[in-house]
Amino acid sequence: MSFTSQHLLGIEPLRPEAITEILDLANAYVEQNRKAERPDPTLAGLTQINMFFENSTRTQASFELAGKRLGAVVMNMAMQASSIKKGETLIDTALTLNAMHPDLLVVRHPQSGAVDLLAQKVNCAVLNAGDGRHEHPTQALLDALTIMRAKGRLHRLNIAICGDIVHSRVARSNLILLGKTENRVRLVGPVTLMPPDVAELGVEVYHDMEDGLQDVDVVMMLRLQKERMDGGFIPSEREYYHRYGLDRAKLGFAKPDAIVMHPGPMNRGVEIDGEIADDINRSVIQEQVEMGVAVRMAAMHLLARNMKNQRGVVT
Amino acid sequence: MSILFKNAQIIDPTTADVITNDLMVRDGMIVDPSGKAETVIDCSGKYLAPGIVDIGVKVCEPGERHKESYKTAGAAAAAGGVTTIVTRADTDPAIDTPEALEFIRRRAAEVAPVNVLHIAALTKGRAGREMTEIGFLQDAGAIAFSDGYRVVQNTKVLARAMVYAKSLGALIIAHPQEPILSDGGVATSGKFASLRGLPHVSPMAERMGLDRDISMIEMTGAAYHADQITTARALPALERAKKNGLNITAGTSIHHLTLNEFDIADYRSFFKMTPPLRSEDDRIAMVEAVSTGLIDIISSQHTPQDEESKRLPFEAAASGAVGLETFLPAVLRLYHSGHLSLNQIFKAASYNPAKRLGLNSGRIDIGSPADLMLFDADVPYVLNRENLHSKSKNTPFDEARLQGKVLRTFVGGQEVYRA
Repeated sequence: MSFTSQHLLGIEPLRPEAITEILDLANAYVEQNRKAERPDPTLAGLTQINMFFENSTRTQASFELAGKRLGAVVMNMAMQASSIKKGETLIDTALTLNAMHPDLLVVRHPQSGAVDLLAQKVNCAVLNAGDGRHEHPTQALLDALTIMRAKGRLHRLNIAICGDIVHSRVARSNLILLGKTENRVRLVGPVTLMPPDVAELGVEVYHDMEDGLQDVDVVMMLRLQKERMDGGFIPSEREYYHRYGLDRAKLGFAKPDAIVMHPGPMNRGVEIDGEIADDINRSVIQEQVEMGVAVRMAAMHLLARNMKNQRGVVT
Repeated sequence: MSILFKNAQIIDPTTADVITNDLMVRDGMIVDPSGKAETVIDCSGKYLAPGIVDIGVKVCEPGERHKESYKTAGAAAAAGGVTTIVTRADTDPAIDTPEALEFIRRRAAEVAPVNVLHIAALTKGRAGREMTEIGFLQDAGAIAFSDGYRVVQNTKVLARAMVYAKSLGALIIAHPQEPILSDGGVATSGKFASLRGLPHVSPMAERMGLDRDISMIEMTGAAYHADQITTARALPALERAKKNGLNITAGTSIHHLTLNEFDIADYRSFFKMTPPLRSEDDRIAMVEAVSTGLIDIISSQHTPQDEESKRLPFEAAASGAVGLETFLPAVLRLYHSGHLSLNQIFKAASYNPAKRLGLNSGRIDIGSPADLMLFDADVPYVLNRENLHSKSKNTPFDEARLQGKVLRTFVGGQEVYRA
């Protein structure tokens, strides 16, 4: 037992052994999910509430499916439509939900640190499904599982994370996870989309795809957050695509067996060429989606176990 | 009415050393020790210093009395050894008319046990479009003019307000910050903000704001005080402006002198300040600048916020911290660490602000008002925010280990606080 936390709020507080434990269990769930029949009552009798303060069809569906496959009762709450509009604070919302005694709370919020704050106020397990520009731990875990299965290991790999780093919680969680598991992480992107002093976090920073992708094993593309583009971070989408969009030529700088990843949803023709995205020999984008369900099952399974241990239930 | 402070370790901010001596107060004034005193206070082992003059205190009247009133702010000041508070105009509505000023002056006089002076808004509604009635406001008692943390962006408006203020001998207090660059930033650009994913502002925004303001001072000749300088990069510009003989002084806050960005840790909103907490290098540079006198004034920037406005995600939480009662123990951290002497501290906390405002307090001089605090510099304790007198308890020093406590506070020779 290495992952002993009550919540999964980010990668930063996790020890490497905890990461390994989650990934090992997730790996088993991948196989289980591929079977035709897969009854699994791990979360039977538990209630899972998905609270999304920011729209996300894919992540929410993934969490919902993960909970249902393990037998949990899953409820989705579209928070944008409800209490927030009425001026209720995040903490009041949390306390209200807490009074309904859920066991697992899956939360996405547009502000960094909001999920941490919420976790302080409830006594169920909280899973961060993305908070602002801070962390998105299950995305980093599913990316790690994808890399592990495609490359046979999750250490001593050269991994380039490319694109809009500054607005990306996916990049933040990934660079922390990949650093903890002893990989060399490079960040590649225009200087306007690079967080200040990010090199101090133990990564190499490149502003040119040719240099940045040189001999990497993994190319991780990020979505260009168009909704956050009001500040004029880049001159235009076409210049961005020309300089940073992943096409056949740029991928040529990476190792011949380098894999291509993208957390989705993709902007084809902006950060990635559609042909690369669909290339089954290079792209593992569909696998990422598959790993997502398995990783979330594993995370919720372990959180439920930790919760039972804490409550003193012998299993 | 006379008091004799016997064997006090007296901190005279205009000198370099603490001296053990007697000090006599009669009819509210510091006088030559002679004759018999009605009250004798044995001060052995205790320090006697001029009370703090705190420029830029937010008292939330009118508008948000649930956060702080003149009564609670006055009690907090007395307990903190702050004998004069100089209030900000950023209330709701702003203090931008003589009538509004009359109202808060009356409130303060009724309930606050310490001296209260008021800054009036520089522009109507702090909107940056038209100057306020600077003359009338001065007649009504305004000690200085400021739009608080709001920067007057229109340089034409600011230039007119500054020359007009100069013609009346009025002091302008401004918040040096490039407002567009810093818009939305809640942390200082750097490793910490990058790790936490917080919207950030370059420390250069402060330098840019200061550079502009220095040009404006040169153009208008106005008397100008920068409320808070918090970054090392702004210091050379400040130094040059002073060398060039401009009428400029600068302050910094106790929080920027004693805390840095990493104190925000896991999004602790009690550490959200305006401007945001800076790097450790910047903090050290500010301490150094206070010791050399480049930064003239230390203030608490006392900003009460209730639980509701702080218990939000960091980006959405209100900014600011209460500071009146923690001013002394916070700044004494720099004394205990050997970075500032007690004389340097009280020069920046009492003497310089009084001098800048044209007051004859803030010093230990025959004939000066007996605004004094008696304190123990060493007594250790853990701060419990519930014990603060302020209505709002938003202090970053909750559960902090502090040293130094105010024992008694006197305003005009009257005891207003005893521990």
